[in-house]
Amino acid sequence: MIDLYTRRRLANATGLTIAVAAMAFGLFWLCWILWTLLDRGLPALTPMVFSQMTPPPGSSGGLLNAIFGSLMMTIGGTAIGTPIGILAGTYLAEFGQRGWLAPITRFINDILLSAPSIVIGLFVYEVYVVHVKHFSGWAGTIALAIIVIPIVIRTTENMLRLVPSTLREAAASLGAPQWKIISFVTLRAARAGIITGVMLAIARISGETAPLLFTALNNQFWSSDMDQPMANLPVVIFQFAMSPYEDWQSLAWAGALLITFSVLTLNILARVLFRQSASTH
Amino acid sequence: MNAENIVKPRVTVRDLNFYYGKAQALNNINLDIAEKKVTAFIGPSGCGKSTLLRTFNRMYELYPKQKATGSIVLDGKNILDKNQDLNKLRAKVGMVFQKPTPFPMSIHDNIAFGVKLYQSLNKHDMEERVEWALRKAALWDEVKDKLTQSGMGLSGGQQQRLCIARAIAVKPEVLLLDEPTSALDPISTAHIEKLIDELKEDFTIVIVTHNMQQAARVSDYTAYMYLGDLMEFGDTSTVFTNPKRKETEDYITGRFG
Repeated sequence: MIDLYTRRRLANATGLTIAVAAMAFGLFWLCWILWTLLDRGLPALTPMVFSQMTPPPGSSGGLLNAIFGSLMMTIGGTAIGTPIGILAGTYLAEFGQRGWLAPITRFINDILLSAPSIVIGLFVYEVYVVHVKHFSGWAGTIALAIIVIPIVIRTTENMLRLVPSTLREAAASLGAPQWKIISFVTLRAARAGIITGVMLAIARISGETAPLLFTALNNQFWSSDMDQPMANLPVVIFQFAMSPYEDWQSLAWAGALLITFSVLTLNILARVLFRQSASTH
Repeated sequence: MNAENIVKPRVTVRDLNFYYGKAQALNNINLDIAEKKVTAFIGPSGCGKSTLLRTFNRMYELYPKQKATGSIVLDGKNILDKNQDLNKLRAKVGMVFQKPTPFPMSIHDNIAFGVKLYQSLNKHDMEERVEWALRKAALWDEVKDKLTQSGMGLSGGQQQRLCIARAIAVKPEVLLLDEPTSALDPISTAHIEKLIDELKEDFTIVIVTHNMQQAARVSDYTAYMYLGDLMEFGDTSTVFTNPKRKETEDYITGRFG
């Protein structure tokens, strides 16, 4: 008969072992992915990547048009989606206690949040691209904005809910009208959290392929016209990686590395920002 | 219950009932708050002290389903009246909360925030007002060199004095203090009690406190509440040394609550 203390120690050791093994399993794949990415991507990451357009098969080139297109559409999608998301999230958190509109909005937003992005791509294709009869940078921007909105709504609402209600009461006790309480006190108190949410949304859309496939498509040449099909990293990676040409494949690796690092940077930045605000509050 | 001993009432509460949804939290309260004196509400948790205090500036309006009936008369007007402008009421009746609630802005802006709601002062006058409020709150010497720094960087006791400065900067007539020292250490508490004593020269003060000694130290009048009823009300010295009711005596001597 094992005594109670030994049994607890055994149970603890077993549990810990299983947990560490699970973590190692997860990390193993992650490291493998990152390693492969670095292994194939770094040699391909030449200055040409940043100075030349996507090449036809067999000749050398870079990713400049795709990098530019991705930046344009990501910035555009964020610029459209962020204000809508912050306003809607503010409505849910600050005015959402009464009535039926807020619970329904919240429910629909949750569905949108987990909607497969390809569905959003198809939706924009159907209502915009079909209508104007050609793919365009604007269509891609709209699709990305639709992905940004629910993420920003959710984080804005959550962050505003974290603001203690005593802070609202304190502002109200001075006789401040509600719009002033919200814009000068609660939104300001939740600022860092909301910015974090926006950065995570940017990270999310910068790697989205499916919605751009049906909207911005691709463009082999330099184009800054948002009303024309626009090159972008995810779709270029998708096409180049599937191709039989080695130049294209290595460019796809370079693009994948670029996206991964920008997402990683954004995530780290978001964490640092959030931690800073947590320590000053 | 009548409070005939109060000569100059600033606030008169008559037949006040309060409801959280269907639950009644205050039963028929009648009470006079004396001008430029300190009135303390004491009683066990959940007895309605804070609820009563929050009817004076209608703080409960922030929450649906909370409702007050009866009358609370301030300057000849029933403030529970539907026509009462809430923002004007709150300009007259300031409030300080249990936990310090500095706004996420600089010390200067914390105080200017409330003032700007009612007056458009020029830069110089605003600076004077900020200094006046901070001096009144006995905080000026500690923060005069860091007015542009965040109010959240101050210590708990300083934050609470900042909140008092913010409330009095608006120049209210009545100041409501909802357990203002329960989150503070003894030294900060002593600071604030001293402050209350000075502030009553200018303001009518109502304080909710869990601390019986504090009520005895700072207040001129004391109301003992229990389960939504006002059990006893009178001169602090009388309530503490010669209470009329056995329940009050049991509570203040620590035999109950």
